[in-house]
Amino acid sequence: MKKKILWRLLLIAFTFVLAVVFFLPNTPLFRYMPEWWKNSMPDKGIVLGLDLQGGLHLVFEVEGDKAVEITTERYTAQLKDLLAKKNISADVTVSGPDIIIIPSSAEARKVVEDNYPALAPVETGSRVAYRISAKEATRIKDSASDQALETIRNRIDQFGVSEPTIHRQGENEVVIQLPGVKDPKRAIDLIGKTAQLEFKLVDDETRVAAELPMSVAAGEEENLLQQFSGKLPEDSEILFEKKVNRETGVMIKIPVLIKKQASLTGDLLSDAKVNLDSRFNEPYVSISFNAAGAKLFEEVTGANVKRRLAIILDNTVYSAPVIQEKISGGDAQITGNFTLEEAKDLSIVLRAGALPAPLKMLQNVTVGPSLGRDSIEAGKRAGIIGTIAVIIFMIFYYRLSGVIANFALFLNIILLLGAMASLNATLTLPGIAGIILAIGMAVDSNVLMFERMRDELRAGKTPRAAVDSGYDKAFWTIFDSHVTTLITAAVLFQFGTGPIKGFAVALSLGVAINLFTALVGTKSVFDIINSRRELKKLSI
Amino acid sequence: MIEIIKKTSINFLGKRNIAFVFSGIIAVIGIIAIVQIATGRANLGIDFAGGTAIQFKFEKPVALHEVRVALESGGLKDFDLQDLPSENKILIRVKKTEEELGRISETIPDILAQKFPDNRFVVDSTTAIGPKVGGRLRADAAKAVAFAVVGILVYIAFRFQFKFGVGATIATFHDVLAVLGVFFLMGKEINLILVTALLTIAGYSLTDTVVIFDRVRENLKLRQRESVEAVMNISINEVLSRTIVTSLTVLFTSMALFFFGGEVLHDFSLAMILGVIVGTYSSVFIANPVVLLWGGKRPFAKK
Repeated sequence: MKKKILWRLLLIAFTFVLAVVFFLPNTPLFRYMPEWWKNSMPDKGIVLGLDLQGGLHLVFEVEGDKAVEITTERYTAQLKDLLAKKNISADVTVSGPDIIIIPSSAEARKVVEDNYPALAPVETGSRVAYRISAKEATRIKDSASDQALETIRNRIDQFGVSEPTIHRQGENEVVIQLPGVKDPKRAIDLIGKTAQLEFKLVDDETRVAAELPMSVAAGEEENLLQQFSGKLPEDSEILFEKKVNRETGVMIKIPVLIKKQASLTGDLLSDAKVNLDSRFNEPYVSISFNAAGAKLFEEVTGANVKRRLAIILDNTVYSAPVIQEKISGGDAQITGNFTLEEAKDLSIVLRAGALPAPLKMLQNVTVGPSLGRDSIEAGKRAGIIGTIAVIIFMIFYYRLSGVIANFALFLNIILLLGAMASLNATLTLPGIAGIILAIGMAVDSNVLMFERMRDELRAGKTPRAAVDSGYDKAFWTIFDSHVTTLITAAVLFQFGTGPIKGFAVALSLGVAINLFTALVGTKSVFDIINSRRELKKLSI
Repeated sequence: MIEIIKKTSINFLGKRNIAFVFSGIIAVIGIIAIVQIATGRANLGIDFAGGTAIQFKFEKPVALHEVRVALESGGLKDFDLQDLPSENKILIRVKKTEEELGRISETIPDILAQKFPDNRFVVDSTTAIGPKVGGRLRADAAKAVAFAVVGILVYIAFRFQFKFGVGATIATFHDVLAVLGVFFLMGKEINLILVTALLTIAGYSLTDTVVIFDRVRENLKLRQRESVEAVMNISINEVLSRTIVTSLTVLFTSMALFFFGGEVLHDFSLAMILGVIVGTYSSVFIANPVVLLWGGKRPFAKK
């Protein structure tokens, strides 16, 4: 009998020490521990959730349909060139998801079918229409999601966030968690920017170009496009350049007529850096092309001296300088009234590369650091006050046995914190509520036992017999009631999102540990008291 | 021994008809609430309905109506405001917008910065949820409740008997409906945190019910001569002090959360307080009478 108690006490002591070791990193004490301890002992502890430490939780949808559209457009441009090279006269246009070739000829069809197995014919007759096959479209969408994930990861790495979580969810969603970000707006802009960099020639020769107004007010762009729709050459479009007046801060938009066909694109970049203009002290981004890009840039600039080349990012013109001479070496600059931060972020997105498709924001949960801090403080306060209330009540109602129950409660709290720390579980605000509730429910097992013991005492049993049979009779009740709570906790874990998962973890660990502290902890103390000598009275 | 209640012999089951009427009304309110939630007419939180919620903390006190006027003149429509004057906090919620998500969370701070140039503020939190995510969260919450109910039914049926499972499930469901109904009547927000509270309440109420069932089972075996109704009454009376003591300790901690746990957990702890009370009531007045009314053979009779 005594040996059994000893073993149980050792088990309690062992788990207690283990819990303290695991939880230590969450206490200020950890800083004072010796070096060897910090190096070889657990040092992570409980992780604070985004709602407690502040940060961003973002969900984006990768618009895969757009990636398919972009591919369709690219194929169209390539087909045009290919057919022209083979001297097949045909008109290639895009209409919705279809590539239409007029007139339909066996030669043209053969070129398409030989070179583009991904294209499936949807209509043949006087004209032929091709569409990217469903299987290929799925593949494009899938790889767009993968690429987007990779690009976002690159951007965030370069932005510098400690411990970001980035993962794919479902077919086309990306979930991003950025703890402790100070400037959420900047982070969102950085992630969401498509960053499609293009160099396109300005179409100044056409008569329409001369008819364009010098500038329009911000917000008037749509009207201008309406006014000129139908008048533009087929291979050109109007894009706008932003200009902010330095003194007044008023923003105007300058319309520029630009060739649709890109001369060069951002995927040929090798590097992008922020530099400061020596005259105005204004930041700009200097970019370098890779070998293929540099060669192409040299060709384009050589062939178009005295014409203007527009630098376009996500369909906004940043600048459109006149090409003075052939530029070799593959260096260029992007200017455009940047602040230092904007220039820095632009260089990051250019280095990390463009997104394969635009992103659509589905969810944004941002918590500022001060709210999180307030929540932790409030949670601590509520926890301490709730615990004290329970402790006082138990002593008042059950006397010495109440003290034993409180010992079990104390053990319960320490083991719960230790268990959460050992799993590096994430503590969320609902999680704090879960811990506090678990404290309230923790004494239930003891209450069940005590009430049984009282029944047995009333029935005239000796204290020792009352403890034993009270404990035995209460056992299955305690077990059943814990399992039912575990069922709901498991369901919450399965279906809950971040903060609620934290609640489920806290609650289920609390319940499981409670079984241990009540069935092993409390029982041992009673056994010790009873093993010395037969008690005449049980303080209960 | 300090006893809140001495040995009692209250005829709980005799009052079942009163209880059924009372609970019937509660359940109907709860069902109305569910219908209203399903049809989108209840005060659904941003997480279920979609939309944007932003909380600001100002440096100096700010009047709610001034914020309203400022936002309206800034072109914002369909929003509600809530304030926490003690901390100069304002919560702005814009529901179901056609506009691109994220745009509003940029325009609102811009408008406020313009209209209140000499009262600086920080954005405490931003929550923007698109309709797709909102729909998914709603579906997940519904699934969670369904799975919890089935899980409970199966476990109790396995540990006791099927009709006990039915009794426990009805009692638990009753509690969820009751709290939901009260929240609906109070015009409180129905959100993910409330669903969490409801499931916790379900777990708690069930614990309570199981404890009583356990004693009923034990007594049914011991007291073969007495009627099931009498055995149930004796059992409820026997565990009454445990029921009250445990309810009290959980109430203590829930109330600590309610008064000191901060704004975010306020409604959560209110739901818990209500749930503990109604959960205690239902294990006595609903779970056992349902088992009794189910009829059939005397449960746990010696073969």
